[in-house]
Amino acid sequence: MLILELYIFVLAGFVGYMVITKVPPLLHTPLMSATNAISGISLVGSLVAAGSQRSTVATILGFVAVVCATTNVVGGFLITDRMLKMFKRDDPKAKLPAEPK
Amino acid sequence: MRENLTQLSYVVAAVLFILGLRSLTRPDKARQGMQLAAIGMLVAVCGTLIHHEIVDYRWIAGGLVLGAIIGYPLGMWVPTTALPQRIAMSLSFGALAAVLVGVSEYYNALHGTAGVVLDVPHMAALGFEVLLGSLTVTGALVAFGKLQEVLPSRPLTFPGQNLANGLLLLIAFTLLVLVVVDPTRTSAFYGMIALAALLGVLMVIPIGGADMPVVVALLNSYCGLAAAATGFALGNSILIICGALDGASGFLLSILMSKAMNRSFSNVLFGAFGGGTPAAAVGAGGALPVRAISAEDAAIQLAYASRVIIVPGYGMAVAQAQHQVRELAELIEKRGGEVKYAIHPVAGRMPGHMNVLLAEANVPYDRLYDMDEINGEFPQTDVALVIGANDVVNPAAREDKSSPIYGMPILDVDRAKTVIVLKRGMAAGFAGIENMLFHAPATSMLFGDAKASLSKLVSEVKAA
Repeated sequence: MLILELYIFVLAGFVGYMVITKVPPLLHTPLMSATNAISGISLVGSLVAAGSQRSTVATILGFVAVVCATTNVVGGFLITDRMLKMFKRDDPKAKLPAEPK
Repeated sequence: MRENLTQLSYVVAAVLFILGLRSLTRPDKARQGMQLAAIGMLVAVCGTLIHHEIVDYRWIAGGLVLGAIIGYPLGMWVPTTALPQRIAMSLSFGALAAVLVGVSEYYNALHGTAGVVLDVPHMAALGFEVLLGSLTVTGALVAFGKLQEVLPSRPLTFPGQNLANGLLLLIAFTLLVLVVVDPTRTSAFYGMIALAALLGVLMVIPIGGADMPVVVALLNSYCGLAAAATGFALGNSILIICGALDGASGFLLSILMSKAMNRSFSNVLFGAFGGGTPAAAVGAGGALPVRAISAEDAAIQLAYASRVIIVPGYGMAVAQAQHQVRELAELIEKRGGEVKYAIHPVAGRMPGHMNVLLAEANVPYDRLYDMDEINGEFPQTDVALVIGANDVVNPAAREDKSSPIYGMPILDVDRAKTVIVLKRGMAAGFAGIENMLFHAPATSMLFGDAKASLSKLVSEVKAA
């Protein structure tokens, strides 16, 4: 099972590396806020901790974790969208080459 | 059945996340792509909520609502000039969530209330999770403090700092090994968390403001790795995938940033730029000639220039002058001039910060050029307008082998026909290095707050 998880980790790391090397410096700030929002996925771990009623300590820690992770998810996706909305071409109607530099 | 649904939702989420990140390679598709990623997140959360272990939804609902209430203003109201500290803060939140989940799993496992089995691999994953997480929580908080200028942004150093940090790290790792061998050693576990938190503070404290792009990117990477370790500990594949994506992105960005400063990772982290380097050239500057220029004269130069390159730096962000910059550029364009923007990779306090500021001011992104794209154009440029940038345009990086920034790639502003530098005063840049560009014969200095100076330039160009 652990080996399988290592596979997932390594392959996902590769995919991430390949995809992210192609992100132009123009969008590096949105990239950071996007990965930030996505890493809010730790919410799924927090949800289980907060809702499985195993112990009061775990529930409270889980609750705080849910608050933190949700803050990142909501704030992260909103701010990324807000930023990306700002990036406009000179002539928005012109269909210009898609390839990033 | 339920378990399969949960796993299926994670697969969908992983695909949408990767597509979302991929969309960031194209500015015109990026927004749509990230909206898909947000849907992916929703799918993953819904998929988790049907998890068989979850029996009580009250705390969950409360947490989700409270998080959304805090998250909304952080997403919608934070000004773009404050983005670096905003990112630092969210890194801290993300890492805190990872630490808390780790501690709660550990606590449950120790008290026999099911959950994770603390065998060696799982305990190691849990240990790494809380170690990296706790280091990131405090490190990112200090970075936030420095960026927000609650803490001094100058590097704070003391003798033996690196040795002390190294020892702390060693002790933290020893505790990690101890707790992996015997998970019942609770004091080792909590001691490790405390040490890592202390280490986070000590690691970031000596790093100065201008090195923050590297640190923020590196903390981003740590935060990702902590999330991946959570995934290993819980056997949760989506956490591993997202952690790996986040880790790779942060790692890559920190390499890019270090390269853009011609410095190694270790140099950024342990070098305490400006603190340790003997500032040899400082002091000599007082005697060098400086040509101040009035806004009227600068405006005439700009009004009749046919090719202008604007070089924004942190000073533009501090003065929040991006709107005035765009106004000035439009006026020059109306008069027939051509305006481009040259963006150095480490201009500002985080990767890509200048681009967002200018995009916010409605500068079309096809006018924003990377260093490599535009450097060849400076010799044909009539006026290079430098706004609050210093070290990234310092020719010493190209010419002066004794300079601490020698070898750092710079924007070749000094090759332009004329240069106008907007600056508050003659203070040396962050690195404390004299900038010969300011004393060059082709350079004129327009002193004052960038926003005020630009407003004056705008009204003068209008009148010209």
